[in-house]
Amino acid sequence: MTTPGGLISVDAVTQIFPLDDGGSYVALQGINLDIAAGEFVSLIGHSGCGKSTLLNLMAGLDQASEGGILMNGRQVTVPGPDRMVVFQNYSLLPWFTVRQNIALAVNTVYPSKSSQERREIVERNIQTVNLSAAASKFPAELSGGMKQRVAIARALAIRPKLLLLDEPFGALDALTRGNLQQQLMQICQESGLTAVMVTHDVDEALLLSDRVVCLSNGPAAGIGHILRVPLPRPRDRLTVMDHPDYYHLRAELIHFLQEQRRLKQLAASSR
Amino acid sequence: MNPTASPGRRSRRLRLLPALPQILPYLLCIGAFLLVWQLLSGALGAARLPGPINVLIDTWDPYISQPFFDDGGTSKGLGWQILISLQRVAVGYGLAAVVGVAVGGLLGLNRFAGKGFDPVVQVLRTVPPLAWFPISLMVFQDANTSAVFVIFITAIWPIIINTAVGIQEIPQDYTNVARVLRLSKRAYISNIVIPATVPYVFTGLRIAVGLAWLAIVAAEMLKADGGIGYFIWDAYNAGGDASSSQIILAIIYVGVVGLLLDRLVAWVGRKVSKGAA
Repeated sequence: MTTPGGLISVDAVTQIFPLDDGGSYVALQGINLDIAAGEFVSLIGHSGCGKSTLLNLMAGLDQASEGGILMNGRQVTVPGPDRMVVFQNYSLLPWFTVRQNIALAVNTVYPSKSSQERREIVERNIQTVNLSAAASKFPAELSGGMKQRVAIARALAIRPKLLLLDEPFGALDALTRGNLQQQLMQICQESGLTAVMVTHDVDEALLLSDRVVCLSNGPAAGIGHILRVPLPRPRDRLTVMDHPDYYHLRAELIHFLQEQRRLKQLAASSR
Repeated sequence: MNPTASPGRRSRRLRLLPALPQILPYLLCIGAFLLVWQLLSGALGAARLPGPINVLIDTWDPYISQPFFDDGGTSKGLGWQILISLQRVAVGYGLAAVVGVAVGGLLGLNRFAGKGFDPVVQVLRTVPPLAWFPISLMVFQDANTSAVFVIFITAIWPIIINTAVGIQEIPQDYTNVARVLRLSKRAYISNIVIPATVPYVFTGLRIAVGLAWLAIVAAEMLKADGGIGYFIWDAYNAGGDASSSQIILAIIYVGVVGLLLDRLVAWVGRKVSKGAA
């Protein structure tokens, strides 16, 4: 399963968007990144640095202008359920109940399984995120945290090789966010899932990741720094901060982000 | 002076008429409307503009008391006349709904066709209903078919436009889900396109039913046997003592039926698009 270069490789990717005025905007330039199977990687950086752009490229929702994405050695050209995305705004279908939202994914991805098996997969994944009581509710009847749990359950139900999370907890209150982070961490650990998460939360990145990839500011954002997080697993969000290395790692990330902010302000004032 | 006496009496009175605060605005405002109407009638003379009381007296027998009398020919109760009109609307509007949703769906799904046909739709949708009547008489050579066609061609544009817009406005979030899951075209249409578009379709259907009702009354005035529009024009031509009252009564019926049609379509829309809106 592991090919040289890991599960997924970002190979010299440059992404250029055409602008309405006829010009173009270089969002990402020369990105190289290898992610091994079972690894949890966070992409961190200031808003507008192209984190989500990179995630969309890995998902196959967009095509890189130059370079490419390789998954198990094969080029990614279209989106697919092996690279399931948990979208920033949940992207649940409002006319389906929780159960139906998950069932749509399961039924689409496993057409050859019996309907009994598929029903079991749906129910099991609803249980995994503790939503059995709300399974027959519509998204509009759920809180933000519950919606995000549905989105995660939908993604996990189809057993993706790579889970892509686009600021999954950005819109949630601190308490809900903490609980969901813990839950996601456990699920990833138990199932050995490979995941890439976009975030701008330093503590979230440290808690969940094996590596934190820091993107420099756009335009032409690149990888500014890669931080290994050697904190032992299983981690716990309440005790992880007690580890002697935690504040050193955190300081490194904060320093990078502050440096980037200073550069941004410098660029803005010189313009 | 007993301080508790007055609120006690008031609450007792409120209990006698619990709905009064709710219906008071209607009572007062509609009462004022009828009063102004009656005063205008008094100023112009009841022969030119009958007041509400005249209308009631002149049309009570047979038009209000017997909505479903039938003396043969076109001499029928207003209930029958409205049913005749509703029947024409049902055929024309039903056809417009089916064809409109189908055409709107194609224009929404196919960018090329959607862009190319947009000018045609934009020009034709502004044509007033009755402008279609002469050409449809020439084509169909039949007043009834022409009336139905006028309904059809009047009602179809908002349905086409809203259906197409609804499809074009499907949020990127939903199409991204479809792309990541690799939904087949068929599954994409049934699981995402149709439910996402239903609220837009019903907006179109609701506008269309109002236009259809508007058009049928006008078309029947020009050329038809039977129908509420025919009744109005017939009463005008008859020129009898009660004619103006009959016309006014028919206008009220037309308004009430139009309102009911609008509410009916809105109600069906809410039922069908639960969760989506």
